[in-house]
Amino acid sequence: MTQAPLLLSVDNLATHFFSQEGILEAVDGVSFDIHAGEALGIAGESGCGKSVTAQSILRIVPKNGKIVTGEISLIQNGETVDLVQLDDRGQEIRQIRGGEIAMVFQEPMAAFSMVYTIGNQITEVIRLHQECSQDEARERAIEMLQRVGMPQPEVTIDAYPFALSGGMRQRAMIAMALSCHPALLIADEPTTAVDVTIQAQVLELMKDLQRDMGMALIVITHDLAVISELCDRVMIMYLGKDVESAPADVIFRDPKHPYTVGLLRSVPELGEGHSQELDPISGSVPSPYRRPTGCPFHTRCPEFIPDVCDVHMPPQIELGAGHRVRCHLYVQD
Amino acid sequence: MLSFILRRILLMIPTLLVVSVISFIIIEAPPGDFMDAYVDQLLQQQEAIDPAEIDSLRLRYGLDAPSYVRYFRWLGNILQGDLGRSLEWNQPVAKLITARLPWSLAISVASFIFAYALAIPIGLYSATRQYSIGDYIFTLIGFIGLATPNFLLALLILWYYFVATGNVAVGLFSEEYLVAPWSFARVIDLLKHLWLPAVVVGTAGTAGLIRVMRANLLDELERPYVMVARSKGLSEGKLLFKYPFRIAMNPVASTIGWTLPTLVNGELLASLVLGLPTIAPLFVGALLSQDMFLAGSVVMILSSLTLVGTLFSDIVLAWLDPRIRGAI
Ligand SMILES: Nc1ncnc2c1ncn2[C@@H]1O[C@H](COP(=O)(O)OP(=O)(O)O)[C@@H](O)[C@H]1O
Ligand code: SF4
Ligand SMILES: [Mg+2]
Repeated sequence: MTQAPLLLSVDNLATHFFSQEGILEAVDGVSFDIHAGEALGIAGESGCGKSVTAQSILRIVPKNGKIVTGEISLIQNGETVDLVQLDDRGQEIRQIRGGEIAMVFQEPMAAFSMVYTIGNQITEVIRLHQECSQDEARERAIEMLQRVGMPQPEVTIDAYPFALSGGMRQRAMIAMALSCHPALLIADEPTTAVDVTIQAQVLELMKDLQRDMGMALIVITHDLAVISELCDRVMIMYLGKDVESAPADVIFRDPKHPYTVGLLRSVPELGEGHSQELDPISGSVPSPYRRPTGCPFHTRCPEFIPDVCDVHMPPQIELGAGHRVRCHLYVQD
Repeated sequence: MLSFILRRILLMIPTLLVVSVISFIIIEAPPGDFMDAYVDQLLQQQEAIDPAEIDSLRLRYGLDAPSYVRYFRWLGNILQGDLGRSLEWNQPVAKLITARLPWSLAISVASFIFAYALAIPIGLYSATRQYSIGDYIFTLIGFIGLATPNFLLALLILWYYFVATGNVAVGLFSEEYLVAPWSFARVIDLLKHLWLPAVVVGTAGTAGLIRVMRANLLDELERPYVMVARSKGLSEGKLLFKYPFRIAMNPVASTIGWTLPTLVNGELLASLVLGLPTIAPLFVGALLSQDMFLAGSVVMILSSLTLVGTLFSDIVLAWLDPRIRGAI
């Protein structure tokens, strides 16, 4: 890993939702760093808190949720801002949103408002963050659409989102997010809503754009193939906890946490020794309202150690350079 | 957008024809015809009746023709502005209606403005500050407004008016302007009177509108596109008006067309209690005295105006939501 400067450092982040049913610990103690130009993958089954982690960074967590602890430090031009301390409606965070950190959302269908053209919605963010006229903003939007491979950008810019195909909508969404040249792009399941052939194109596009624009990338996915395609580092989440994080090649070659091992086994071609057999993790994710005591994975773990795993929360252990894991099977050396 | 409006207007023509058929059926509904009613009237006035003269009149008015012939003749007359004659008032129906329709429309428009001017900001406030004290207070007031019958409100206002001014009838003008020619002062005088029936008629609707507005907006605020707009760095206020507000207005806008017929309900009591020269009391009088040309014409005109109202609704909707433009 080259020594690019640190861009974003998330430390012990916890975001909880409060409702009549109780407190839902959607994110519960997650830490990771991203350096400029680096690509981090966040993986885990649906509901483990990936999207809420992203929402926390941008401070757009729905209003029934709250960041309860942690720091999110954004380091730019030698200045460090703790995003958690900012007023979530204030000027400061609004300049960061869309400007420094932009996000591509899960559902391009629902993420665009259907009552304005995509051009309207893209120029809006450009004019919000850059000093320019309406015409210039439009020029830049067309350029950006061109760049993401939108066919006939001068025409499609005036199309309403419902008139575009899923793939085109996702391209428009990426163009919108990139239009202000953010230092960090968060892509939340950028390929789940589009079909397989488009998926490959979108991944290719993101890879090219990331390299060309030198921005850092967080790719959120439940699909490890996406991560092997795009990412330098990986963080695996389970029930709001970062159970393992490591450089991508290390995770795929030498996974430590039993959950990571299980996840890899359930993916064809990526598993250890390219085993053909698909082997999904047994059992199902417990209700987020009834988190298991001790290690959150102990209800499903094949390596479960009685009276240890279900009693004590495993601490985070550093195994090697940038390889951290939360599991009682490992001890700090 | 223009082709949408054109298509929409073309679509109105068959509906208008159906409306006219229904109106004609209403006119023809009572047993006997216009002449029988005339004969009855003469009998009541104890005047001599010449059956031959009646028959010739029947012939002259074409009352012996089959009903479809009479329908087309009637329709032809309407297109020329002739709505028939009111027996009760012994005046052309067109004249009666044109004398009163403007007041009904004025009350409609005024109560409409009253309702929306109140409901939209309150709905907006309640949705963005859900479960705040203000939200609870508005909800409570809203329910009281919904539950208060119009006539009770009218009576209360009338009583207040009597206590305050010593006048019984509210009317639409002060005495000095009653028959005066139109002038700026007369318009002001009208507006001074208009707000009363507007409040009476509009109150129940306002409460309903607040609920609709609040619920819609709460729904819309949860949508992913709102989070996306927020993630772009838009301020909360701009975001609210540009995105969810516009969508939340859809169902509100679609009620515009229905305002008129429901107003006739509301307006009736208000007009009776407040003594206003509007359509609703005329309509009820016509039904009571089986003055069918008048009744049928009122139905015809109100229905047509409702259609125009829905046209207006649809145009507003299409402007609010581009998806609708292609749908018709
Ligand atoms: N607005 C919300 N209100 C309540 N609970 C939420 C909300 N958003 C997400 N959650 C819960 O938080 C947990 C994590 O959700 P999320 O981050 O969306 O998962 P994923 O990893 O699939 O992106 C889930 O249990 C989800 O039900
Ligand atoms: S701590 Fe225990 S239960 Fe948890 S993953 Fe490790 S071995 Fe399994
Ligand atoms: Mg998600």
